[in-house]
Amino acid sequence: MEALDLARWQFGITTVYHFLFVPLTIGLSLIVAAFQTAWYRTGRHEYLQATKFFGKLFLINFAMGVVTGIVQEFQFGMNWSEYSTFVGDVFGAPLAMEALLAFFLESTFIGLWIFGWDRLPRKVHLGCIWAVAVGSNLSAYFILAANAWMRHPVGYQVNETTGRAELTSIWAVLSNAQAWSTYLHVLSASFITAGLFVAAVSAFKLWRGRTAGQEGPLPNGEHELFRKTLRAGLIVTLIAGVLVVFSGDHQAKLAAQYEPMKLAGAEALWNTEDAAEFSMFAVGDTEARENVVDLNIPYVLSFLATGEFGGTVEGINDLQAQYEEAYGPGDYTPNIFALYWSFRLMIGLGLAGVAVAVLGLWLTRRKRLPETRWFYYATMLALPSALLANILGWFLTEMGRQPWTVHGVLLTAESVSPGVSLAEVAFTLSLFTAIYGALAVVEGWLLWRYVKAGPSHVVPAKEDDGEDGSDSPVPAFVY
Amino acid sequence: MDLVLIWFLAIAVLWTGYFVLEGFDFGVGMLLPVIGRDDTDRRVMINSIGPVWDGNEVWVITAVGATFAAFPAWYASMLSGFYLPVFLILLALIVRGLAFEYRGKGDTDRWRSWWDRAIFYGSAIPALLWGVIFANLVRGLAMDADHIVTASLFDLFTPYAMLGGVMTLSLFALHGAVFLTLKTGGEVRARARASVAATAAVAIPTTVVFLVWTQAAHGAPWTAPIVAIAALGLVAGVVLAAKRREGWSFAATAVTVGAVSTTLFGSLFPDVLPSTTDPAHSLTIRNAASAPYTLTVMTWLAVVFLPLVLGYQAWSYWVFRRRVTREHIEPTPSYGGGAEAGPPPSVH
Ligand code: HDD
Ligand code: HEM
Ligand code: HEM
Repeated sequence: MEALDLARWQFGITTVYHFLFVPLTIGLSLIVAAFQTAWYRTGRHEYLQATKFFGKLFLINFAMGVVTGIVQEFQFGMNWSEYSTFVGDVFGAPLAMEALLAFFLESTFIGLWIFGWDRLPRKVHLGCIWAVAVGSNLSAYFILAANAWMRHPVGYQVNETTGRAELTSIWAVLSNAQAWSTYLHVLSASFITAGLFVAAVSAFKLWRGRTAGQEGPLPNGEHELFRKTLRAGLIVTLIAGVLVVFSGDHQAKLAAQYEPMKLAGAEALWNTEDAAEFSMFAVGDTEARENVVDLNIPYVLSFLATGEFGGTVEGINDLQAQYEEAYGPGDYTPNIFALYWSFRLMIGLGLAGVAVAVLGLWLTRRKRLPETRWFYYATMLALPSALLANILGWFLTEMGRQPWTVHGVLLTAESVSPGVSLAEVAFTLSLFTAIYGALAVVEGWLLWRYVKAGPSHVVPAKEDDGEDGSDSPVPAFVY
Repeated sequence: MDLVLIWFLAIAVLWTGYFVLEGFDFGVGMLLPVIGRDDTDRRVMINSIGPVWDGNEVWVITAVGATFAAFPAWYASMLSGFYLPVFLILLALIVRGLAFEYRGKGDTDRWRSWWDRAIFYGSAIPALLWGVIFANLVRGLAMDADHIVTASLFDLFTPYAMLGGVMTLSLFALHGAVFLTLKTGGEVRARARASVAATAAVAIPTTVVFLVWTQAAHGAPWTAPIVAIAALGLVAGVVLAAKRREGWSFAATAVTVGAVSTTLFGSLFPDVLPSTTDPAHSLTIRNAASAPYTLTVMTWLAVVFLPLVLGYQAWSYWVFRRRVTREHIEPTPSYGGGAEAGPPPSVH
């Protein structure tokens, strides 16, 4: 066990944890903004309820996203100082832009939104949540451009005297094909997840209302409200589901071009093939570097990787040989088992959620609501499934890049902080894990409470509104 | 113009902004158990910084991000060199940030008192450790020719650094107390006024001794007047607070925090992390900096966006300029199992 191993675990754990909240923030900020816009336009009470109810859940999630994000920002310097010194010139720029352009926007306007309900003119207040949504969606671009640069380094040059990478074109870094393609893929994955969040919560409420067994079990028009939000969530998921397939296909093509080892690993394709088959199920022998059981669909892999059914896809063994020739002896093969299964499960679990959306939209057409229990259960299960798909997507991306931190330029083993001891990393890793675990319980419990309590706890029922109906006076001091 | 110099200044400005802004919300957090006698008082205090603390915190994110971009070696050596203190600061910021958001969302006293503790420690620990870290930065650390910090954790706790920690701790507490006199009313405001005197009794001597020590051991000629300004600001802050000129008092403590930060960066310059092993191993603004192209890009960015950020942050302070008093605080909402429990809570 070396400090390097633990530093990798630490990065993996803290990043995966951060990314549990990120897709929800990205998607929900926009969905809540859309609800509030609907309320602003129509003045209908149920949209105000939707805004405040999902807004509250959004805030509970957002807080976790913020505090875990700060750790990420510091972590490169703490655990990966060699990496930071080497790439800061290139990699730091998008990070600084993210803070300056996006984080300030997000954090300032979230405060204005939370506390501004009775302080700001309605239009300005609506603008605040839109500023948050823009900030969140913008921040993702910069960090993903930084991440994309590690997979496909462009716009830089290594300075021979200082031994550091130097930026030569910021435009190249920001317009990197990997950057915008990853952005599309991550954004669609986020909207799948956030859509399913809204749908799962709505399904839960409707199901509870149903099983309560009384007439009109959900008070204050909540039945109508959740029927609407259920469909809204499913529609978001469906649209994002279409986008995720196209962007994912593009990601695979880019991987074939820039990181062929990742794609070969994701397919457990040991030897180079023309008209390669897409593997449905394989049991491999990673020692002998071959598959024992193979269940394949002909031509599909070639099409996925190259856009032609007869295209050539390079295999792991051939790539290993090429890399040894180019970079010297060493093991350039990532963990094939992990890649293979994360690729399949990402697609499977994520698209299962999209399938639920398709089905759900059909079953709820023309104000219907299915009686069957399994529909509600499937919708609720689709949320963890989509979150898992997101994580597995990152597993594929990050583990597939190994042993490099910057593909072809810097090895992970050369990136770690030399001055930080094993004991120090072990200490911080255990405390982070313990605290993150405890906070996950607290956050889950809070979400659960607010979902159970329902919208009547965050916005008074329409009857008590007084004169103007739609515009209830809300106290400003909410902490 | 010399881009490297500009970026050293820019980083100093970002950290100064951070200390001036987050300094008072750290102070409010530290004073929570002292001034907040009951839950309503504490909510008055928390709500006085509620809309702005997150925006204040982004100043440190930007400062660190900009250091990464403009002085990668500084970013790397500083964060790996101060590994455990930085880690503790991160933990503190995590529980503190969540506490603001989550405290009001549970309905038992135990729940709230846990989060109150999180706010207190989450504010006090960074307030102390930033001082320890910056004092060590000025003083220098054992560092080898590859700019790898070799100092151990114990080496960080020199008398000078400890004094630096107590200085930021007490100064931020004072800054926070003054902020509370400005932004709250009634009992809280009266108790805050008493806290101004109490915290000043610690902050004035530690700040003056620390700055004089810094000036004598590491200072530049031009930082001497800055030290004087810091001392004057402190005295003026306390006097003005006693005369109930709270706005001016807050301006004065803000000037003090700014002057302390300026003295620290001025004493550091032209190093960014001096090596006590051998001055030749020091990281300077030259050998830690990024290439001119990156700095040019960043300069354009900062020139365009920093004024914008300042604009909307200032606007948010303007929107929430009113004092918060007990009358503004709704009865604590109850979220017990069902709608039956208690009056319908109508928090946003
Ligand atoms: C695809 C999107 C994405 C990815 C890959 C990351 N983040 Fe993140 N981050 C966000 C999207 C995001 C966000 C949606 O903008 C967050 C989540 C919750 C929030 O408040 O903003 C956020 C919050 C957030 C914050 C707190 C901002 C604040 O106080 O408002 C910081 C400092 C970072 N992130 C830094 C990072 C770093 C250094 C990452 C790389 C390892 C990273 N994030 C991965
Ligand atoms: C956009 C931001 C990023 C995200 C969302 C992300 C996500 C992930 C994920 C999901 C893993 C896999 C966890 C595991 O294998 O245990 C991982 C591993 C890792 N990442 Fe990233 N990553 C990002 C950026 C970076 C950056 C900038 C670095 C630079 C140092 C980095 C270095 C690593 C390392 C060293 C590992 C451990 C690899 C391994 O154990 O296989 N990542 N990351
Ligand atoms: C047909 C469906 C899909 C295909 C072909 C596909 C393809 C890919 C590929 C090739 C990568 C690796 C990119 C790289 O490292 O260069 C990737 C990453 C990723 N996938 Fe998918 N994917 C699909 C569906 C999904 C779904 C349904 C989700 C989540 C709901 C998802 C979430 C992610 C995430 C979060 C990443 C990491 C970020 C990135 O590198 O883009 N994907 N996907």
